[in-house]
Amino acid sequence: MSTDNRAVVIGASHAAVQLMISLRQHGWEGSITVVSDEDHQPYQRPPLSKAYLAGTVSTEQMALRAPAAYEKLGVRFMLSTRVTGLDAESKTLHLDNGETLSFDKLALCTGARARPLPIPGTDLSAVHYLRTLDDVKGIQASASTAKTAVIIGGGYIGLETAASLSKLGVKVTVLETESRLLKRVASPQVSEFYLRLHTEEGIDIRLNTQAAELTGDRTVAQVICADGSAIDADMAIIGIGVIANTELAAEAGLAIDNGILVNEFAQTSHPDIVAAGDCTNHPNPLLKRNLRLESVPNASEQAKAAAASICGIEKAYAELPWFWSDQFDVKLQIVGMNQGYTDVVVRGDNKKGRSFSVFYLNESTILAADCINRPKDFMLAKKLILQGVKSDPETLANESIELMTLIQ
Amino acid sequence: MPVINYIEFDGSKYSVEVAEGTNLMQGALDNMIEGIIAECGGCCVCCTCHCMIDPQWKDAAGSITSGEDELLEMLSERQDNSRLSCQVTVTASMEGMVVRLPESQY
Repeated sequence: MSTDNRAVVIGASHAAVQLMISLRQHGWEGSITVVSDEDHQPYQRPPLSKAYLAGTVSTEQMALRAPAAYEKLGVRFMLSTRVTGLDAESKTLHLDNGETLSFDKLALCTGARARPLPIPGTDLSAVHYLRTLDDVKGIQASASTAKTAVIIGGGYIGLETAASLSKLGVKVTVLETESRLLKRVASPQVSEFYLRLHTEEGIDIRLNTQAAELTGDRTVAQVICADGSAIDADMAIIGIGVIANTELAAEAGLAIDNGILVNEFAQTSHPDIVAAGDCTNHPNPLLKRNLRLESVPNASEQAKAAAASICGIEKAYAELPWFWSDQFDVKLQIVGMNQGYTDVVVRGDNKKGRSFSVFYLNESTILAADCINRPKDFMLAKKLILQGVKSDPETLANESIELMTLIQ
Repeated sequence: MPVINYIEFDGSKYSVEVAEGTNLMQGALDNMIEGIIAECGGCCVCCTCHCMIDPQWKDAAGSITSGEDELLEMLSERQDNSRLSCQVTVTASMEGMVVRLPESQY
């Protein structure tokens, strides 16, 4: 491959790092330039709401690779630089510093951004979103003097943040508009468990509660709810989901549908542009449907396919999605996608203690599993799902029958 | 910085300096050693940074936590000296350590 070829990557997170490494592994000899509007070399995102916020991991330990690794790869970073325009026809990027950057191959690893909460008062100081390292530094600064915090949103980010802040000694209230936590992603049995866990740990969870306004004099002081109640808050964090960053791709005329549309090779509708990570809507050949995922394994594995495509190699991205969440002493591992489940089977006791698994079945086929402090179940569930194993609920729920025996 | 010798399944050997305080997984990632996949990035959840540590450095590698042990238990390739490299913190006493990487991560 020619040394004159120019690859440009927009974004500098998990997908971008795997992509640059895979490019070199596939023999890409041209330049690799990474443009990122953040002021940091790539860092790990999952610990942001977990160990990093709780203060048990240093900023240095968050680095995805040591700086020397990027030197070895011959990657040039343009940090604190935003791409303001993408001209797909002339293969040119317009940057916020007035420069232009030409490419032969482009990778869109633009990720997602926190979904804004459209209520008054979110511009007060000590009101935060949680997506970037700088966001978390801001949260830590607020937490250093705060006695109380309100978290708006009872999803994984909100709950992880609640757990981390409470470790820092802040009294936390979580507001959730739905009738249960994690409603969009988990079964009632899992929701019920997380409600119990957080309540046992001293978090005040308020379901069916909508934030209507944040009030205070420069700094937030109270969160006013739609039912008229007011909660004291020295700080507030909004965690109500993300929006895929698709604007650049859309402007360039690429196909968009709930994310940047790509095929299983991470190719967009433009022959010289690939995309990987949270920003994509991609087909999953194992599940035979399209997905837009927010996870590190998705970003890394899809980036491998994207890098291969840039180098003219067809390497399909076909993995079973998986996720994890750490809250207090509970490690949740999720494998598979539970949409369309007809049955939920609990293996173990979700009503007491902190160790059980939930299996999601469609008729008798295992679709997904949420494993709470059960890494072994997680590893086995992955195999069961990949093999398309069918099981009746009674067998799965019966702990005297080893899951191992169900594997074909 | 201690030198760690990573040996891929095919016998390829990489002798690299790894900073104390980091972990064996990060040392492999920073040096583009492909036999450590590290899907989860070192959170002890995915089991794709499996390695075997030569017996003379067993004590230097420290003890296995129960979570790590449960994950390792699920690997058919598990040996007596198996570890998840993300859980092994690098110290000065690891100078020259030999770390072997399994076939499934090759």
